[in-house]
Amino acid sequence: MIELWRGLGSRERGLLIGFLVALVAAPLAVDRYLLSVLTLILYFAYVGQAWNLMMGFAGQLSLGHALYVGLGAYVAALLWFYFGIGPWLGVFAAVAVAMAAGAIVGWLGFRFGVEGVYFALLTIAAAEFTRIAFDHLGFAGGSGGLFLPYEERRLGEWWNLRGGQVLFYYLALILAVGGVIVAARLARSRLGYHWLAVREDEPAARSLGIDAFRAKMTAVLVSSGMTAVGGVFYAFYNNNLFPGQVFDIGRSIELLLGPIVGGLGTVFGPVVGAFILTPLGESLIVLTQKLGIDAPGVKAIFYGLILVVIIYLRPSGVWPWLARILGVAERAR
Amino acid sequence: MTWTIYLNVVIQGVLTGLVYGLMALGLSVIFGVVRVVNFAHGEFAVVAMYVAFLLFRSLGLDPLVTMLPIAALFFIVGFALQTTLINSFVGRPEHDQFILLVGIAIIVLNSLLMIFGPDAQPANLPYAFDSYAIGPVFIDKVRVYSAVAALAIASGLFAFFRYTATGTAIRACADNLTGAAVVGLDVKRLYAITFGIGLACVGAAGALMVTIADAAPSLGPAYTLLAFIIVIVGGLGSMAGALVGGLLIGVSEALSGFLIEPSMKSMFSFALLIAVLVLRPHGLLGRRA
Repeated sequence: MIELWRGLGSRERGLLIGFLVALVAAPLAVDRYLLSVLTLILYFAYVGQAWNLMMGFAGQLSLGHALYVGLGAYVAALLWFYFGIGPWLGVFAAVAVAMAAGAIVGWLGFRFGVEGVYFALLTIAAAEFTRIAFDHLGFAGGSGGLFLPYEERRLGEWWNLRGGQVLFYYLALILAVGGVIVAARLARSRLGYHWLAVREDEPAARSLGIDAFRAKMTAVLVSSGMTAVGGVFYAFYNNNLFPGQVFDIGRSIELLLGPIVGGLGTVFGPVVGAFILTPLGESLIVLTQKLGIDAPGVKAIFYGLILVVIIYLRPSGVWPWLARILGVAERAR
Repeated sequence: MTWTIYLNVVIQGVLTGLVYGLMALGLSVIFGVVRVVNFAHGEFAVVAMYVAFLLFRSLGLDPLVTMLPIAALFFIVGFALQTTLINSFVGRPEHDQFILLVGIAIIVLNSLLMIFGPDAQPANLPYAFDSYAIGPVFIDKVRVYSAVAALAIASGLFAFFRYTATGTAIRACADNLTGAAVVGLDVKRLYAITFGIGLACVGAAGALMVTIADAAPSLGPAYTLLAFIIVIVGGLGSMAGALVGGLLIGVSEALSGFLIEPSMKSMFSFALLIAVLVLRPHGLLGRRA
C-alpha cells in the first residue's frame, strides 16, 4: 500500500483524500434515501471492479458474473438460515463455492480453447443453468425465494451484519476501497503483467514462456471469489433472494456496464462508472415521476439511450477522459 | 402405445425447432459476415410477434400472410440500423459492440413493455387447434404451416447466397474482408444488406412464432439466449448449422418438457450448449475461425 501511495503525484493524493473524506463523512450530511443510493453505488463499484479484473485486466469477457454473486449470496444466506453461522465465517464458504464454480467455467473454457464470444456465451449458459437449478432446489426456497429472518432482537448484532443503513454503507465503502487497492496492487504485480500480456496477444505471451492457461484461471478465480464477497453483502443487505433475480442475465449485464462506461482496464474506471450509472438510474426514476410519465419501462428506455450515447461518444470509457481533465494520469492499461 | 406419444412429442419439437432455426439463422448470418453479435436478436423477434399479432387482431390478416411484408419491413429497419449506428462500431472491441446492442435491446424491450404491458397476448388463430392425423400421430396444423414457411424462407436464403451476385459478394466479405475491399466491393453497403437480411429472418420467424406462442415482452431476452444456444450448437456463421441446431433444441425442449418438467426445459438446452462447447467448441457444423 505504501508503494502505491508513493507512486501518486501530489494532485492525485489531494483528490483521493478529498474524495475519501467526503465518502466517510457522507452519512452525517445526507438523508436515508441518498445513503441507500450511495451504498448501491459503492456495491456496484466493488463488483464492477471484480469483473474488471477478469475482463479489463486479463481480457476474458464474462457475461455471467451473476453466477458468482448468486452463489456467494445463497451459500452465506443458507449457512445463516439453517445453522446460524454468521457472514464472517460464511463468507469463506461463499468464496470457496464461487471459486469452485469459476474454476469449472474457466477450465471448461480455457482447456478446450473456447475464446471470445464463445467464452462469453459459456458464462451466460453457466449462470442460466444455475438459475434454473436454484428455481428447483427446495431447501434453498426454490423459485419462491429465500428470506432471511428479520429479528428485532438481533438488530444490534453488527458482527452478524444485522444492522441498519449506516452499517451497510460503511461496509460497502470498505469493500469498494478494498477493491480499488487490490486492483491497483495487481496492476503492478507479476501476475498483472501476465494478464496484460495474455490480453494483448496470447500467442506472443505464450512464446515468452507465460503460462496463459494459468494466468486466465487465476483471473477467473480472483474475480469470482471477489464477486462472491459482494454476493454475501447483497444477501444480508436485502434479506431476500430469488433465483430469477440474483442469477438473471440482467444482473450480470448491470454489473459490467459500470466498468465499461467508466473505462475498462483502469483501476478507477469501475468506481467512476458506478458513480455515473447508478445515480443516473435513480434520478431517471425521480424525473419520470415528476414529469408524470412514469409508465413501466420509460426509465429503462432513457437508460438504454444514454448507454448508447456514452459508448458512441467515449469508446474507451469516461474515466481516461475525466482523468485528463482533472490533470491526473491513469491511462487504460 | 407409448412410442406414439414420444413420436408426437418429437415431431412437435422438430416443427417448432425449424421456426427457432429460422430465427437463429438471422443471428448466424449477421455474426458470420458483420462479426457483430446481435444481443438484441430476441427483442426484435418479439417486436415482429407484436406486429403480426396486431395485424391479425385489427385486420384479421393471417400471420402466415403478413410474414413477408413484416420481413421486408425488418429488412429496412436492419439496413437503417447498420448504416446509421452499427457500421461505426465494426472493428471496435467486442465489449463496445456489446454495450451498443445491449442498449438497443433495453430500448426495444422497454418500449414493448410500455406500449403493450407485461401480460402475454394470445393470438387465437381460428385453426389453432386443428391437426392432421396420420395413423396414431397427431400433428398440429399451425406447426406444420410455420415449419414449411420457415424451411421455404431458409432455402430462399441459401439460394440467394449461393447464386446471386450480391450473395456471392457478401460471402466474399465474410471469407476475406481485406480481399473483398481490395477488389472494390462496397463493404459497408453489403454489411447493411446483411444486417437487413438477418433482421428479415427474425421478422419472419417472429411472425411465425405468433402461431405457436403468446406474445409477451419477457420473451425477448429468452429468445436472444435461445438463438445464441442454437447458433453455438450448430456453429456460429454456419447457415445449415443454425437449422440443425434449431431442430436439436426444439426436440430437446419438447422431450425434456414432456418427460421432466416444462419449467426445466431450457436447463437441458443450456446443458446441451455446455456439452457442445466442451466437445466441439466451434459447433456441430462450424468451421474453425
